[in-house]
Formats: sequence, C-alpha cells, structure tokens
Amino acid sequence: MSDIKNDAPPIRHLMMGNEAIARGALEAGLRVAAGYPGTPSSEIIETLAKQASKHNLYVEWSVNEKVAMEVAASASFANIRSMCVLKQPGLNVAADFLLHLSGSGTRGGMVIVSADDPGALSSINEGETRPYAKLMEVPLLEPGDFQEAKDMTKWAFELSEKIKNVVILRTVTRLSHASGDIVMGEIPEFTGKVEFRHEGFIIDPMEGAVMSAPVEYKHTLQQQKLAQTVDIFESSPFNIYNGPDKPELLIITSSICSLYCREAVSLLNLEKRVGILKMGTTFPLPPQFMKRHLSLTDRIIFIEEVLPFLEDEVKILCAEMVKDIGIKTFYGKRDKTIPMVGEMNADITLKALADLMGMTYQGAPEDYKKKAQELSFMKTPGREPTFCPGCPHRASFFSIHEALKLDNRHGFVCGDIGCYSMAVLPCGFQSIKTLHAMGSGTGIASGFGQLKRFGMDQPVLSVCGDSTFFHAAMPALANAVHHQSNIVMVILDNSGTAMTGFQPHPGLKTSAEGSDAIGIDIPSVCRAMGAHVTICDPFDLESTKETLLNMMDENKGVNVLVLKQACALSPEKKQKQKYDMTIDESLCQGESCGCGRICTRIFCCPGLIWDKDAGKSKINPVTCAGCGVCASVCPKGAILKKEV
Amino acid sequence: MNTLSLQHDPFNLIITGVGGQGNVLGSRLVGNMLSRKGFSITIGETFGASQRGGAVMSHMRISTHGNFSPQIPKGRAHMIVALEPVEAIRVLVDYGNPGVRAIVNTRPLHPAGVIAGNVSYPSIDELQKWTCELSAHAWFMDATFEAMKLGNPIFANIIMAGALAGTGTLPLQRKDFQTIINEQFSSEKADVNLKAFDIGYKRVEQEMG
Repeated sequence: MSDIKNDAPPIRHLMMGNEAIARGALEAGLRVAAGYPGTPSSEIIETLAKQASKHNLYVEWSVNEKVAMEVAASASFANIRSMCVLKQPGLNVAADFLLHLSGSGTRGGMVIVSADDPGALSSINEGETRPYAKLMEVPLLEPGDFQEAKDMTKWAFELSEKIKNVVILRTVTRLSHASGDIVMGEIPEFTGKVEFRHEGFIIDPMEGAVMSAPVEYKHTLQQQKLAQTVDIFESSPFNIYNGPDKPELLIITSSICSLYCREAVSLLNLEKRVGILKMGTTFPLPPQFMKRHLSLTDRIIFIEEVLPFLEDEVKILCAEMVKDIGIKTFYGKRDKTIPMVGEMNADITLKALADLMGMTYQGAPEDYKKKAQELSFMKTPGREPTFCPGCPHRASFFSIHEALKLDNRHGFVCGDIGCYSMAVLPCGFQSIKTLHAMGSGTGIASGFGQLKRFGMDQPVLSVCGDSTFFHAAMPALANAVHHQSNIVMVILDNSGTAMTGFQPHPGLKTSAEGSDAIGIDIPSVCRAMGAHVTICDPFDLESTKETLLNMMDENKGVNVLVLKQACALSPEKKQKQKYDMTIDESLCQGESCGCGRICTRIFCCPGLIWDKDAGKSKINPVTCAGCGVCASVCPKGAILKKEV
Repeated sequence: MNTLSLQHDPFNLIITGVGGQGNVLGSRLVGNMLSRKGFSITIGETFGASQRGGAVMSHMRISTHGNFSPQIPKGRAHMIVALEPVEAIRVLVDYGNPGVRAIVNTRPLHPAGVIAGNVSYPSIDELQKWTCELSAHAWFMDATFEAMKLGNPIFANIIMAGALAGTGTLPLQRKDFQTIINEQFSSEKADVNLKAFDIGYKRVEQEMG
C-alpha cells in the first residue's frame, strides 16, 4: 500500500504502523534485521526484506526469536545498526539471550521491536512486553501514533548507541496493523568496512570481549546506563502533556491508547477539564518530568493495555514523592475502573471518563440500540473461525479424528501454534486437547508418553507445523526419542509459515530476501534423531488414517507421520483449482443418508453449502478451492471430482 | 489547492466482510485515493488468525485534520460497506445510528454453523428489511454475481468501492481510482478492475437518479 520505496521527503504518506517502524529503521541507517514471523509483527521484516538489495541490508527470517536476537546482536557487536523483530511470546523465547545481552551491552545501535496483541486478536495469549524492560533493566519506548512509530524507531538507535545497550520498542496490534499519515525523512547511504574488534583490554566496551561477566562490574555499568537514560528521558519530545494548567483529572497513557484518550476527551468536550499525559518513554520513567505533571491535580486515571505497568511505575514514584506532590486518588486497572483483561478502545475510555466526571455518554440513541439488539437476537448467525476451503489441516484432522475414534482408547492430540491450533474448535473436530507455546505439543506429548508406567494406556499424539518444527519442536522430538516416549508426532507440512503469510523457514530453498537457501529435509532430520518416519498426502484420507492406526497400535517409541500438502492460500495453489467439483443430486440423500450428512455436518468445508430447503448438499462455486477431498468423504459417491 | 470538505469530520467508514473477500485491499484502495487528495486517513484493521473464515472489519477515519483512533466508537459510523449481508447487520448493531447509510453485497457466505446445520441463515428479504430498519438509506446489489461475470468473485470488493464512489458521499473520483489501479496492476488487470469499479458506480448512480 505504502510508498516506503519512495525516498523523496517530505510528502505525507498513508502507511501501516509496521511499515512506519521499518521506514524509521531505514532512516536510522539499519544494516541487519532478523526476526521470526508472528502477528502483529511480521510486516516489519517483510517490508525490510523487500528493500534489502536497494539499501544494502541483510534481512533474515531466523529459525526462532532467540537466534534472531543473536543474529542481530552480532551486527551490533561489529558496530553497525541492527534490529530484532518479534511478537511478545517470541520475546519469552529470546529472554535467556536478552538477559545476557543487556548485561554485556551493545556497540552499534540495537533495537528490539516487540509487538503485543492486547485482546488476543491473532494470538492465544495477551502477553506483555513492558515488564521485560524492567526485568532486563533496559530502556523502553512506546510510540503513540504512526508518525511516532517512525520517528521513535529512528531515535531508538541513537539512544542505544549513546548508552551502549539494547533498547526495546513496544508496539501493539492496533498500531502495527493500522494505517495513518507519515512524513518521511532521508535514508542515509552506507559506506565503510565492518569489523568485529576484540583484541583490546578484556572489559573494554568497544574492543574487548562481549559478555555479561564480570557480573558485579557489568551489572553496575548496566544500571549506570539506565541512570543516563533517565536523564535523556527527562527532556524527551515523546512525552507530551495536553490539557489545562489545573485539570480536574489527569489521564496518564501510552501507545495507541493515547488516540482513544484524545477521542474520548474530545467527544465529551472535556478539553478544559481533563489533561492527557502521553508517555513515550515508559521505562525508566523520568522522575522530574513526572513530578511536574503529577503536581497538576490530585485525581489520576491510567489508560493502558494490558497490565497496569504505567500505573504501578507511577505509583512507586508517587510514594517516593508524596511529601512534595501530596496524596493522590488513582483510577485504573487496580481499582477495576478499567478492565484487567482485553484491549482498550475509545468506548471503555469514554465510559470511565464520563463516570468519573459525573457525565453520561451514549453512542447511538437508546431506541436505536434497543431495536438493534432485538434484531441481533433474531439469530444473525455467528461466524467462528474455520479452516479455509481446500486447507490440508481439515483433511489431516479428519483422519486423525477418525483414527482416534476407531482406535477407541481415548487417545488425544497435544496441539501447537499455527493455523492448526484451530483444531481445538469443531473445524478440527476438537481433536486438540492441550494448546500452549511453539513446540509445546511435542514436549507435552513426550511427557505423556512416559505415563504408561502409571497405568495410562491412551494413545498420545502431537501435531506441529513445518516452521514450528524448526523453531521449537526439534528439541522436544530429541527428548521423546532419547527417553523412548510412546508418541505419534504428526508434522503438518504445508510448505511455509502459512498463518503469518508464507514466510520461508529452514525447510525451504528460499530466504526472506528471496535468494537461494539450503532447504533442510524434515523427514531426514527426524530419521537422524532416531524416529520411525512415514510420509503421507493428507488428501489421501484412507492411507493417512491407516498409517495413524498402525502407529498408535505399535505404541513403541516415537513414530513421526509427515503429512505433506501445501496450504490452500500458498502462492503455488491460490486461484488454481485441481478439480472441478459437482454434486450428483440424484445420489445425494441429504438428511436421510446413513452417514448423518457427514459432508456438511462433520467435514463442514466452507466450499460446501447445505441447502436445507432442497435437502441436498451443494458446492459453493464462489469459495470451493477444488481440492477434491469431500469426494472421498461422501459414502454415496454423490460428490464428483473432475480434473481441471 | 482545493479546500477539503467532508459531510462529517471525521467521516467514519466501515468496510466489512469475511476473510478472503478482499476488504482489507478495498479499504487501502479507498484510503489511498482519499489520502492523495490531502485528507488525513486512519485505517484500523482486524486480520490475522481471525481472517480464517471469520468476520473482518476495516475502520476508516477520514479527516481534514490529523489521525483518529483506529477503532470507531460504538454507534458512530456514517457509512457501512458490507461485502456480506449478515456482516452488515452485525456492524450496524454495534456501530450504526439513525443517520448511517449502508451499501450491501447481497451474496451470503454461510458460516460453519450454518453449513453444519446448527443455526439457520436469515433470508435475503429479512436481511434487507433489517438493514433498512437500522439505516437512513441502504443500497443492495449482488456484487459477487457481477464479479463472477467478470471472471472472478474477488472483484466484488472493487464493485463495492465503485458503489461507494457512486453515492457521492466521499470525494472518490473514477480518474483517481484509475491512477492508483494503473500503478498497481498490469494494463489487462487494470482494465477489469476499472470495469468492476464502473459496475458498482453505475448501479448506485442509477438508483440515486
């Protein structure tokens, strides 16, 4: 959408938050960027990868976030600017390295962009980045709008270089995936030769060894860097107060919530009564700046997402300054003025402000709302997420579900992160019964596989995707093989990191920049680890089911089943139907079919329609992807496929 | 330079549909057309895992002066473009008000629960009636059918963008659409897109008289 490739300033451009962050990094003279895909962060690396050859960058999709951070750090150690991009759960993956990195310090400016997903719009958690800044003792920046997303990213590199430590920039879905106006700056040219200097005195920050030891010395140095950061933050242009000199109420906010606050204050006409303190530098908070604004009023409300991070930090400062600024009344998450879970929006802010200011607010008139509610109760059907038409996961889980039923020993599947996580829902026949982090399905299965000695006789299956396999499931598989756990690991190989938009992974022969890469063969890796490996096409329902039944029956050691079939949305498949699907209405018996209408009631592909009035199933020509699988689901042979 | 003006400032537009219908692309196209005219545009989008057959909404704030929150406050939409008729109702319930207008593609996309037979899908007559009850004015068209005549149901989003332009509510001109489409597509693809835009534009224009 954007013109990130257009170098000419200062025209205003409509740009996604993630594109603005990428642009800011380019304007800062970024050289190396590494990350692992995860909504809502993925477009940052994608945008940079497209610019790699033009602006002389190295950009990679790393195997996981810890390695991504290590790759980015190496560039910083060689005194060039680098960025690591991840979604918040990835920060957990990289946290071990981050602890040591923040202790060792950095050389060239290094920024970690961590994207949170408040409200879990595209996640199964709403993990928070901000407490990590405190835990790791590094500076934290939170852009409040689109222009700041660019400007703050650029400035973060300067800050990092000044204090010689890594800086965390936290974004959220509603900033990363929203678009707004950006005025761009210049992108500098790169000149010079890169060298890692290591022959100086061992603790020299620019020429010694890079490490977090000796700990007492380095930890002290790290805290001095934070003190230096506080001084810089005291006069930061990213902390902005808007409001009267003596507000009745002070809103303290950060990130995209600042736009909700601005809108709520304006809709309630409270500009002359309520002030908004928008903080961009949220850890460590600058105490003198805070003191000046905390002195303006006695009533303070915090509007932030997800944890009460600013709230707690400000309360600590208020306790320390109480003699100077007096006693305050606080409203926020701790007193439940604002919900403790979920994302914020203008409506929650409007309600909280109206209540505190003794006002009433309504969006639409009451009689309209009443009418609307009545109509919505008149059964406008909900739309739960499901696998796409032609998705290999629907076929895979259909076979897994069938095999578990036939086996009849209450077997179950330990799930993992990917589109296939949705197999906890009816679209995956509710096959998945545990669902946690990347690679956790196989780790948990490895443990379940040991419980036979305590009398557990249920078959244990795990599922993981091809990208997830490399990211975190390989150690779990090694563990299961080594300890002879009795499990069946099903690798759902759909040829890419599909959920986040087909980013390459180490199993593929291409890199983020589109150049050649060495593809690592998943079955060979599993065999080398000592697992028994079989490869099936999940669209062949019968042989997939048979293989699974045999594997569960064997119940000895680790069996790996690789189900290989590309994602229906993959560039190689999109818009290309393999089969023309039709239904022979003379054969379709609808509800009276002995199968219990398995095609639509159970298999339930969105490429099918259940025509209740006609009592027949139909193909939806708009959505059918032509994978042909439903033809093998129908026991009457009423669904016909013809090769296109 | 022309003075920018809007019926409401910010003008709150919602483009809604189901994952895969191309409404994110549609909203970016409309946003870019207006951005180039000098308006400040903020677009909030919900996509990711939720796009797999789920409802997808784009909230657009069009203003003469700066960015607004990427989520429109409840009950404050001025115009709703729905690529799917049940999604029109869902959005009206949350964001509608007596003054809102709606352009609705009448082609249903059945949710999984309907395909499974657990819940029923309202008739098109019912959906149209409810849409009219909840809006000041509504336009209906089978944009998917028109798009399939052009060779691909995906053009429904461009037909709906053309329809939005045809209402004259926002300063969306054919030549601006043509400029952007020519930048992004080969001439062959640009031609089909322009045809799609014109189909929507004319349908609404005719009705407006």
